[in-house]
Amino acid sequence: MNNAMKHGQTLLTEGEDALRDVQLAHKPLRFDRIGLWTLALAIGGGFAYTVGTNKNFGWPIVAQYFFDPAVIQGLTVTLGLTVVAMVLGVILGLLLAVARMSKDRLASSLSSLFIWFFRGTPLLVQLIFWYNLSTLFPKLSIGIPFGPTLASWNTNDLVTPVTAAIIGLALNEAAYMAEIIRGGLLSVDRGQSETAEAFGMTRARALRRIILPQAMRSIVPPTGNQLISMIKATSLVSVIAMADLLYSVQSIYNRTFEVIPMLLVAVVWYLLITSVLNVGQGAIERYYSRGDRGQQLAARKEPETALTGDAA
Amino acid sequence: MSPAIANTPLVRARNVHKSFGPLEVLKGIDLDVASGEVVTILGPSGSGKSTFLRCINHLESINQGLIEVDGEQIGYRLQKGRLDKLPNRAIAAQRRKIGMVFQQFNLYPHMTALENVIEAPVGVHGQNSKEARRYATELLARVGLSEKVNSYPRQLSGGQQQRVAIARALAIQPKLLLFDEPTSALDPELVGEVLTTMRDLASQGLTMIVVTHEIGFAREAADRVVFMDDGSVVEVGPPEEVISRPQHPRTRSFLSRFI
Repeated sequence: MNNAMKHGQTLLTEGEDALRDVQLAHKPLRFDRIGLWTLALAIGGGFAYTVGTNKNFGWPIVAQYFFDPAVIQGLTVTLGLTVVAMVLGVILGLLLAVARMSKDRLASSLSSLFIWFFRGTPLLVQLIFWYNLSTLFPKLSIGIPFGPTLASWNTNDLVTPVTAAIIGLALNEAAYMAEIIRGGLLSVDRGQSETAEAFGMTRARALRRIILPQAMRSIVPPTGNQLISMIKATSLVSVIAMADLLYSVQSIYNRTFEVIPMLLVAVVWYLLITSVLNVGQGAIERYYSRGDRGQQLAARKEPETALTGDAA
Repeated sequence: MSPAIANTPLVRARNVHKSFGPLEVLKGIDLDVASGEVVTILGPSGSGKSTFLRCINHLESINQGLIEVDGEQIGYRLQKGRLDKLPNRAIAAQRRKIGMVFQQFNLYPHMTALENVIEAPVGVHGQNSKEARRYATELLARVGLSEKVNSYPRQLSGGQQQRVAIARALAIQPKLLLFDEPTSALDPELVGEVLTTMRDLASQGLTMIVVTHEIGFAREAADRVVFMDDGSVVEVGPPEEVISRPQHPRTRSFLSRFI
């Protein structure tokens, strides 16, 4: 009996029980699974071969332009815009989420209004509006409403294509991130904020130390989605004359007429970035799930001494 | 310390009323708890005992009456004859003298046992981290968890989690400890280890208010027992009176269910 409990150590020895010890069990070969795997690999390989050898795809041209300075320049713009807009979007989104959940009516209404507007209108239209802000407001000024002006600027000096792109993408992103973060904050057990409160923590500290780290587990996966959509959404900025990755390959094929190969250059770059992001997302998710199930298994292997170690 | 101050109770509740919407859950509670006293509050579910406990550290606000802890009115300030609601920061400061242990433990799941214990001392009370760690290790040893210092809450049994929660409440060196049904969420075989820890604390002169269903604990560890029913205090007295010779029929009928 005792031998049977130390699993992974000793085998059962008596009669047929010795053969029935599940430690010795084999996994049967499943021929249907092998068949399906072979079929899937064959179809996949066949498809890859067809695409790879098809002259119409122009793979040599893809290779030739893959590291073209214009493409790399566009790639930098795409990555730079994504990072800046995403960082701003997440920060603003966090503020909006907290404001929306606050008991203060003014804060929550303003936040709701913002989210309603920026989620409710197409990003493309928002970008065009920001870009053409100068036709609506030729001058921007800081002052007291209906009172004196303190400072004033030419709109065109402030809102360049770069700033229009950043503002447009960031504000739009903030609206979506606000809802993602709010969802995450709501997913944390109510008892956690109550405990933080009972221990005399300020709201800000409770959010930073107790609530957000737990909310991150449900915030990170949809944020990964957002980041990936953002990379592709940056291609919209080509309408306001920003030379992002897609815009650069387009300007090349407008000259060379190699439409498909140049689009493939962009596709491969987008896929590469996305793959890198997936790896990063996995690492972040693992970090925020510490103290969760995976490590429970590790702890089970320790001897359970403390169960007997009473306080007396 | 002058005798007048020494005689002031640590907790003073006067005519405390609390309603949730149309439902009145506290109908005028009066209670004094002296420094160093252990008071258990017994009563059927829905009698308002947990709500009253949560009013003491202002997790719930009250609608009428007043609550004082350590000479300060909780949640309000009287200035020049006018009573003002305290801002959140001031309420947070008042709560720092009060430790609390919850029914569902409420440990921070993303922190180890040790991190749970030092979070408030370091982050809220501004203690030196090294000193806080040393004291936390000592407290965890006191509740019998020396070996679980670096475990995450999910790796601990319910009883162990609750003992970490007790260490966490002790770490802020509270003037008052509140226990909200600390054993109600535990498997029966784990109740004992938590009660042992609590009995230990009671004998060390800590001021404790314990809402519980554990009649045995009330009998052995409490200086006074409060019996609540339907939002009112029905009977107060030493355990040998309230538990062994209850005067009120409602107390008797409640206690008869446990014998």
